[in-house]
Amino acid sequence: MKQMRDSEAAKQSSSDMSTTGRMDVAASLGSHGREIPETISNVVFGLDNVQVFYGDFQAVRDVSMQIGRNEITAFIGPSGCGKSTLLRSFNRMNDLIPGARVAGSLTYHGYDVYAPNVDPIEVRRRIGMVFQKPNVFPKSIYENVAYGPKVNKMKVNMDDLVEECLTRAALWDEVKDDLKKSAYALSGGQQQRLVIARCIAVKPDVILMDEPCASLDPIATAKVEDLMQELANDYTIVIVTHNMQQAARVSDRTAFFTADVDSAGVRHGRLVEYGPTRSIFTAPNDPRTEDYISGRFG
Amino acid sequence: MSTLAQATPAAADDNPLRQVKARNGEKVIKALLATAAAVSVATTFGIVISLLVPSITFFSEISITEFLFTTTWTPLFANPQYGVLPLIAGTFVITIIAISVAIPLGLGSAVYLSEFASSKVRRTVKPVLEVLEGVPTVVYGFFALEFMTQLILRPIFPGIQVFNALSAGLVMGIMIIPTVASLAEDAMSAVPGGLRDGAYALGATKRQTALRVVIPAALSGIVAAFVLGISRAIGETMVVTVAAGLMPNLTLNPFEGMQTMTSYIAAAASGDVSTGSIEYQSIFAVGLLLFVITFAMNALSIRLVRKYRQTYQ
Ligand SMILES: Nc1ncnc2c1ncn2[C@@H]1O[C@H](COP(=O)(O)OP(=O)(O)OP(=O)(O)O)[C@@H](O)[C@H]1O
Ligand SMILES: [Mg+2]
Repeated sequence: MKQMRDSEAAKQSSSDMSTTGRMDVAASLGSHGREIPETISNVVFGLDNVQVFYGDFQAVRDVSMQIGRNEITAFIGPSGCGKSTLLRSFNRMNDLIPGARVAGSLTYHGYDVYAPNVDPIEVRRRIGMVFQKPNVFPKSIYENVAYGPKVNKMKVNMDDLVEECLTRAALWDEVKDDLKKSAYALSGGQQQRLVIARCIAVKPDVILMDEPCASLDPIATAKVEDLMQELANDYTIVIVTHNMQQAARVSDRTAFFTADVDSAGVRHGRLVEYGPTRSIFTAPNDPRTEDYISGRFG
Repeated sequence: MSTLAQATPAAADDNPLRQVKARNGEKVIKALLATAAAVSVATTFGIVISLLVPSITFFSEISITEFLFTTTWTPLFANPQYGVLPLIAGTFVITIIAISVAIPLGLGSAVYLSEFASSKVRRTVKPVLEVLEGVPTVVYGFFALEFMTQLILRPIFPGIQVFNALSAGLVMGIMIIPTVASLAEDAMSAVPGGLRDGAYALGATKRQTALRVVIPAALSGIVAAFVLGISRAIGETMVVTVAAGLMPNLTLNPFEGMQTMTSYIAAAASGDVSTGSIEYQSIFAVGLLLFVITFAMNALSIRLVRKYRQTYQ
């Protein structure tokens, strides 16, 4: 019974959001000092009843939301609620998992990402991804950055591009004399910034980040967070994080997910609440959101 | 003056950290494992010594220069000559043919299995490969002689001899494919999935991911697979004994019959050479040479692997 009521409440709150209902209509302030209006005018991703399956198992059910251009959107929620699964469906990384399947409608600048004539390679070139574990290639620092432009046959001055991307990733000064050295010689925090440099080298317009700071120390985390703020001027960023302070610090909007248990005892992830970060953190609509961000749950 | 209390050592038996259990089981296991290791080291030494002792007698009669640099190998003739070059040439030619088959096809199958095949295909093909590795080599020998030479090579190259290096080399290559494929596939499967995800997320295709990320990352294992394949080719005996003929022949022409170091050893050891004779000792001299060559190959491969080793975190 309680379950039922909770999901009703969730439905209630998400419809509230889409119609800009009783939530604080006044613009919220994201942490990088930009006005965050209640509604998203410049939509990059439009999700309508997105569901993600692994074989018969439905990991994510009925997510409807929009991701705004040049915003930082944070996905938060307890472990196993499908944040990574949903994130990987944005750039069709789930295609690589046998049996994984996406239903519903997921558009990118209005184009259906899963339309039959869409090339996942093109999708991934425009929508970059940074992973939890810094997955630098066993190559030199230079070759790591140059890899993407090379496989995409971009006609660029490679030396300039490498310098530009490493500079944007706030890594250039630390590595400019060691470009030929193995990327494995870098620290974890440097590796993660190298991965970000590698990602922006193919000139994407979205960067998806799945717990990018989970294996970093606080100083490296602060550097990556600063970098995200800086990158948000040119890129749309979606970040999954377990760190509430991080979500509050860096993001403009926050989506809270949780997992419902169905009658057969199977857990399915669902979106509970989505809105400007300030509203989510100061005046959440759903008691589960409040419990989660205040650390009482999850 | 220090105000910190000095720790007074407690009486031996109330020390909470003292060893209570004897843990004898651990000692037994350690001893057993050490014995196992010692047996294999001792065996290697035994082999070296049993090769060295007769070889020393052999080289007191035949100089090392004569052995290595003259071109006629006729130990069983009335006027025997011990120039090992024809055997080295035979080994060399057949090994080259074998690895030019085994390395590309083995690596190709490994890339296919690890990067392209569905997990169902992989689960069926991998065990088949491993079974193929266990087929007795004499079977491959007859396959080379009866099938490869008679049905395939003869119609294409009518002048080819019945016993020839080409059929032995080709079939030996086919025989080694599973070894190379299986080891290289292991090396590529061990590359963390995160690296592939990283490449795909940049818009790389499967081919680009396989060739430019997975293979470089697995290079040390792949090189090891190649070296093992080459070592098997050099050391392979039955296929060449059956299909390449037993005539020492200093040539690089693969259409002719040849004898390799291994097939000489097999033939001479099963013939009626008398123990202690110089022909008998020549078996060990050739064996020692084979040992040195294989040892050098392995040492080289260890250096290569160290040089190219890519460690994952
Ligand atoms: N490759 C897969 N195959 C099958 N099931 C999967 C796969 N990956 C994830 N799942 C399942 O999907 C559900 C959601 O997983 P997901 O990794 O998206 O959660 P998450 O919210 O990212 O969790 P975390 O915070 O721990 O990273 C889980 O029940 C998980 O077991
Ligand atoms: Mg996750």
